[in-house]
Amino acid sequence: MNSKIFKAEAADCILLKGGRLVDPQTGTDEKADLLIESGKITKIGKIDEKTIEGRVVDCKGKIIAPGFIDMHVHLREPGEEHKETIESGCNAAMNGGFTGVAPMPNTTPVTDQRNHVTFINRQAKGHLVDVYPIGAITKGLKGEELAEMGEMKVEGAVAFSDDGRPVESGQVMRRAMEYGNMLGAAIINHAEDLAITGAGVMNESFSSTETGFRGIPSVSESAMVARDVLLAEFTRCPVHIAHVSTKESVRLIRDAKSRNVKVTAETCPHYLTMTDKAVKTFNTNTKMKPPLRTEEDRLALIEAVADGTIDAIATDHAPHHEDDKDNDYHSAAFGVIGLETAVGVVLDRLVQSGQLTLETMIERFAVAPRRIFHLPEVKLETGSEASLTLLDTEKKWTVKGREFASLSFNTPFEGWALTGGPAGVINKGQLYLND
Amino acid sequence: MKTKAELMDAQAVNRTLLRLTHEVLEKHHGTKDLVIIGIRNRGDCLAKRMIHFIKEIEGTEVPLGILDITLYRDDFQRFSESAMVQETIIPIDITNKKVVLVDDVLYTGRTIRAALDALIDFGRPAMIQLAVFVDRGHRELPIKADYVGKNVPTADNEQVKVHVKEVDNEDSVVLVELKK
Amino acid sequence: MQLSIRHLLGLDGVSEQDITTILDAADAMKKVLQRPIPKVPTLKGKTVVNLFYENSTRTRISFELAEKRLSADTVNFSTSTSSVKKGETLKDTIKNIEAMRIDYVVMRHGVPGSSHYLANCVDASVVNAGDGPHEHPTQALLDMMTIREKRGTLKGLKVCLVGDITHSRVSRSNVYGLLACGAEVGVCGPATLIPYDMQDMGITVYPHIEDALAESDVLNVLRIQLERQKGALFPTLREYRNLFGITEARLEKAKSDVTILHPGPMNRGVEIDSEVADGPQAVILDQVTNGVAVRMAILYLLAGGRSSFEGVDNE
Repeated sequence: MNSKIFKAEAADCILLKGGRLVDPQTGTDEKADLLIESGKITKIGKIDEKTIEGRVVDCKGKIIAPGFIDMHVHLREPGEEHKETIESGCNAAMNGGFTGVAPMPNTTPVTDQRNHVTFINRQAKGHLVDVYPIGAITKGLKGEELAEMGEMKVEGAVAFSDDGRPVESGQVMRRAMEYGNMLGAAIINHAEDLAITGAGVMNESFSSTETGFRGIPSVSESAMVARDVLLAEFTRCPVHIAHVSTKESVRLIRDAKSRNVKVTAETCPHYLTMTDKAVKTFNTNTKMKPPLRTEEDRLALIEAVADGTIDAIATDHAPHHEDDKDNDYHSAAFGVIGLETAVGVVLDRLVQSGQLTLETMIERFAVAPRRIFHLPEVKLETGSEASLTLLDTEKKWTVKGREFASLSFNTPFEGWALTGGPAGVINKGQLYLND
Repeated sequence: MKTKAELMDAQAVNRTLLRLTHEVLEKHHGTKDLVIIGIRNRGDCLAKRMIHFIKEIEGTEVPLGILDITLYRDDFQRFSESAMVQETIIPIDITNKKVVLVDDVLYTGRTIRAALDALIDFGRPAMIQLAVFVDRGHRELPIKADYVGKNVPTADNEQVKVHVKEVDNEDSVVLVELKK
Repeated sequence: MQLSIRHLLGLDGVSEQDITTILDAADAMKKVLQRPIPKVPTLKGKTVVNLFYENSTRTRISFELAEKRLSADTVNFSTSTSSVKKGETLKDTIKNIEAMRIDYVVMRHGVPGSSHYLANCVDASVVNAGDGPHEHPTQALLDMMTIREKRGTLKGLKVCLVGDITHSRVSRSNVYGLLACGAEVGVCGPATLIPYDMQDMGITVYPHIEDALAESDVLNVLRIQLERQKGALFPTLREYRNLFGITEARLEKAKSDVTILHPGPMNRGVEIDSEVADGPQAVILDQVTNGVAVRMAILYLLAGGRSSFEGVDNE
């Protein structure tokens, strides 16, 4: 964290002038001015700024899209506020081009009751960024008894997961899916067979052979993905697979979708741009779960993101204090942050390189998360909520973790030179512009 | 580094080495208990030739030793040609023997100090004397040669190089000037 | 004759030139060890910390002897009697020791990459004495020195490591070092103990010992540990010996001039029989002697030879 203040400004009336509006939901891709009043889009077209009494933002050269939501983050509050708080996490989201985040429940205490959700809502109140809490599937994340998902949903939980941990029992997972479906809330699984993972710290491949580290074979993930898509097929209930990292998982999800099974999936920017070769540097910011995989897996994931087999891109933003990372590889904690690099990394490495279109990127960040969480759509049309993300495809910058809004700086992209990144966000009558 | 002057040619080198050998024999009244030990990398070549001369003059085989002092230097961090450690060969017990150390150039005296350290680890000679082919002055330690081939006063930015056939493909002594 | 590396963290990426420099210096150091007074003042005033997070009597003693033969001051730090038990991190431990002005750290630790991590934290030169299953460069170097001594050269020689390859740092370092010097390398052991895609390192994987015996000039026999039974990796030591043990009978199927190495300590009657270990083709005790020489060579070469100062050769 640096000493810079990350603050949004309140603005009831905002005119975005000369930007390029892109929305795959409406097929829009045009240069136009966009007027926001009292939190809604009121006019699109040619708007003379002299007729406006409000904030005018020059969006020449910028792209305006529906607001991005990171559907998988860890905000560490309550319990580990030295790593991140709800406020600092929201600042990081804002700085990273997101108008919403969905924090996972593996806090201390675990978010498995209604009053925990109340607390999160209270901490998040007033911030530009929307916080959509994800509640636990099982009490205490123990994997045994269902938590009070109904109660939590009333308070605003949008989905349920035991993330951090898999739901190990197939029986509990089946019941959770049926129950979640009844409530209309997504059930998200962290697919990992813990016994196969064992004491592994990196992908099992030639890279683990070279380093001598115990490996986590790809089958640790795909075996459970197989279970989950088959359960979804049997129960006819939806399931969402978190942080997909292997080509086998992609294959299973693609096959399930072809049979109209209700499975959705997400992957993270680091799986799309890095491989397990990076672990040879012994840099502990290459350590996360699931681990970085091989080049074949990476390419399969890019293809899956492009063709929609993978619906969303999320970061699995996992802040850790320096003390937990600055150590030998075994002792270092699993996890890396991602809120403030996701947009830049995807723009630079995937969109500029032609592997993903801009529309697809917007679909994966802004449209799919709302669909999976059953949130109202946000479109670039008059009458819609003004939840917007501004992108700058030209800006050149270098990733410096210590300059982020996040309290932690455990980023695997440290030092990367990127072209493209967030330009700002607008939500609930507030405006934030990146500098 | 450029050569300023040739001080001795092959013939001169041979004459001087022969004279040094005679001096040693004269001082020691012969070869009893004598051991000649050359210091790598050129002192050993000179020592070998002296042994050969002694054979011709006196008809006796004097034991030859070769000393590598790399591990005994006190300027450990500043190597020049190499940090390569080569073999030290002392074929006999030098205790109670009369050792004549042979080196090509005597300058600060530090090489000889290191050689003395190395030698002491091999035994306790009755005496150690020093024969050098060139003495260029600028001593930094109280070391003195017993037998000197040629005295060559030098400036700090100069160097005297003794070339031997075995290593440099010619016998000569040259004065070089170091680049500033 | 200088090393291009400042630390010895492993043999991965180390050039043949550097390896040869070390082996040549080790030959000279071995001669020093054979003198009546086997001691030289080369590292006088230098301080070496032996930081051993894992117990290892023989490697630590070998390093300690090497350090003392070079007249360095040694400090031993083992975790059983230390601050580590009180929860001190690796970084803090070494920073505290470094504050007392040290020149080298020789470290053995259970985690791969720990010596890389250390090299980034300290100014001293770091020598990896084993980082988990990753590398054990001094062991591989002494193995290579012993092979070179016995066989004359490493180029074109067929060397096979036999045993628990997955957990063996000795095998990884040997693979890197031997390949760099032009040897052909193979590994042989139970399929459950050969790591994933190891042939991609440029080596041959022999599923059966008989094939390895027929082709190899050198066998480096690794110790098999009883604990591996528990991980469902192999059933019993007896079965291991039946399938992979180097017995006298097996030796007859090998090349007549095959050289046998073992890093020690040996499980006699398990991976290697006494008749073989004590026989004429084994060079196991030479490995131990060479271990001190190789470690002397490394400490010597890492400390100096960094600058070439014109004009200082005649003194």
